[in-house]
Amino acid sequence: MAFFLQNVVNALQAGSFYALIALGYSMVYGVLLLFNFAHGDIFMVGAYVGFFVTTGALLLVSTLGLVALPGWVVLVLVILVAMLITAFVGVAVERIGYRPLRQAPRASAAITGLMIGIILETGNLALLGATRLSFPELIQTTTYTVGGVTLTNKRIMIVGVALLLMFALHQFVQRTKWGMAMRAMAYDFGVVPLMGVPLNSIAALTFALGSGLAAAAGILFSVAYPVLNPYMGITVGWKAFVAAIIGGRGSILGAALAGFLLGFIEIFVAVIFASTYRDLIAFSIILLILIFRPHGFFGEAHTSRLRL
Amino acid sequence: MLLSVENLCVSYDKIRALHNFSFHIDEGEIVCIIGANGAGKSTTLRAISRMVPVEAGSKLEFMDHNLLDYAADKVVSQLGISHVPEGRRIFGNMTVMENLKLATFSRKDPDQIERDLGRVFAIFPRLEERKTQKAGTMSGGEQQMLAVGRAFMSGRRIMLLDEPSMGLAPLLMQSMFDALKQINEEGTAILLVEQNARMALKFAQRGYVLETGNLVLEGDSKDLLGNPEVKKAYLGG
Ligand SMILES: Nc1ncnc2c1ncn2[C@@H]1O[C@H](COP(=O)(O)OP(=O)(O)OP(=O)(O)O)[C@@H](O)[C@H]1O
Ligand SMILES: [Mg+2]
Repeated sequence: MAFFLQNVVNALQAGSFYALIALGYSMVYGVLLLFNFAHGDIFMVGAYVGFFVTTGALLLVSTLGLVALPGWVVLVLVILVAMLITAFVGVAVERIGYRPLRQAPRASAAITGLMIGIILETGNLALLGATRLSFPELIQTTTYTVGGVTLTNKRIMIVGVALLLMFALHQFVQRTKWGMAMRAMAYDFGVVPLMGVPLNSIAALTFALGSGLAAAAGILFSVAYPVLNPYMGITVGWKAFVAAIIGGRGSILGAALAGFLLGFIEIFVAVIFASTYRDLIAFSIILLILIFRPHGFFGEAHTSRLRL
Repeated sequence: MLLSVENLCVSYDKIRALHNFSFHIDEGEIVCIIGANGAGKSTTLRAISRMVPVEAGSKLEFMDHNLLDYAADKVVSQLGISHVPEGRRIFGNMTVMENLKLATFSRKDPDQIERDLGRVFAIFPRLEERKTQKAGTMSGGEQQMLAVGRAFMSGRRIMLLDEPSMGLAPLLMQSMFDALKQINEEGTAILLVEQNARMALKFAQRGYVLETGNLVLEGDSKDLLGNPEVKKAYLGG
């Protein structure tokens, strides 16, 4: 039992990363019918932005001789600042890479996304070199053992922050007029301008939200695995993309749940089989899910949306 | 003159949908455009709303503003031109109230929004009863009311209506036109596009007849209703 619960805890942590990233894929797809294949690299950018914000903040504290804030306060501030900065990166990606292609065939946008991803990876490599950066440790690990299950304060924090952000996103989408405009665009893109809603602003907002969440995931990931490298977003990003698909393209709830589902499948496959088989078996399971539910769990068969 | 359109030309890919169409609407007027399927009626409304590009030489003016300087959302939010699109196109995934609220996205006059909402509910009491219902689960007639209510909320200088009677039973159709009359009497000009020519001409003061993208007749509704050509082609003899 304890062994099982231990793996549930591990799965929740892995799922938190996938879910946060999957939300960005899913929202952008829902609103713009576009897979942003650079999204995994936005996660990487978020982690690096977090790194620089943290280092900068620590430097500032030490040079000015300020009283250091508690580590967790710094971490929360770092997450918020990095989310904001990375949101702007996402907006820039939309503005430069995708907006000029609004009327172009779908494939052009997909290829553009892949290229932007490569530019972000190799640009990072060119700027920062091949040395791997190590994310500063802001909070000391404290370990708790509850009924044979080992928890750390970091794990609890990671899952907690992820859930909090998802809840905040849900509230935003359901309760604000911007969220309403996003839902309207997902339903029928063509008539939204007739409501006096500027499409480009909503598109930018969608990218900003998705990128902000990816940045949060990047920093949380760095808290768990503190070594950064320019390619860290690739595998995680593709897995989150898969989660967005099984959740149902465009479904926020689906993306979040499927992110966690993917975490569970992965962890438990590794428990039962040799860990080298993990991805092989996990993705075979996902392939089966898609054969039986081609639109994912919460997706609707997409009606081809009309333009006016 | 409220809206003046001169030499409007629109093409889709290589198909000419409108060819040098000129017309105008005065303040407070009700004007209709009639014509058969594919005549270019919806295209005319889309051009005014800046939803389709127009060809060089087309002139669209609204109260001394060049419409071509405005993006589609600004036509609604800054000029007050609202558009009930063909086929209703309400947001079925959102509630009735959310549909009405979304139409006020760029408005910054909360008090007037409240009053307008009150007007919409007074004109269409059914919408108030169904406030929290998902719009997609309403009947066709109710959805049509919502489409008109939504346009009312988005802008009030002029309303472009694309076949508001489509799919409505005769009784409901009559009450829809009564509602539109009320909206008009409160100062909103109406540009109505209809296949149901008799209904449209009875409702409007003036009319234009389009045939495959070309203007073939224009005049007072009374005259058009009596015109033998119109009778033969659009009024069933
Ligand atoms: N998006 C489009 N792409 C290509 N051609 C189009 C498009 N929309 C309309 N057309 C063509 O333009 C012409 C005018 O169409 P429009 O929709 O304006 O007609 P309409 O008068 O509204 O007809 P109806 O009464 O059937 O609604 C038609 O020949 C139509 O096929
Ligand atoms: Mg039409």
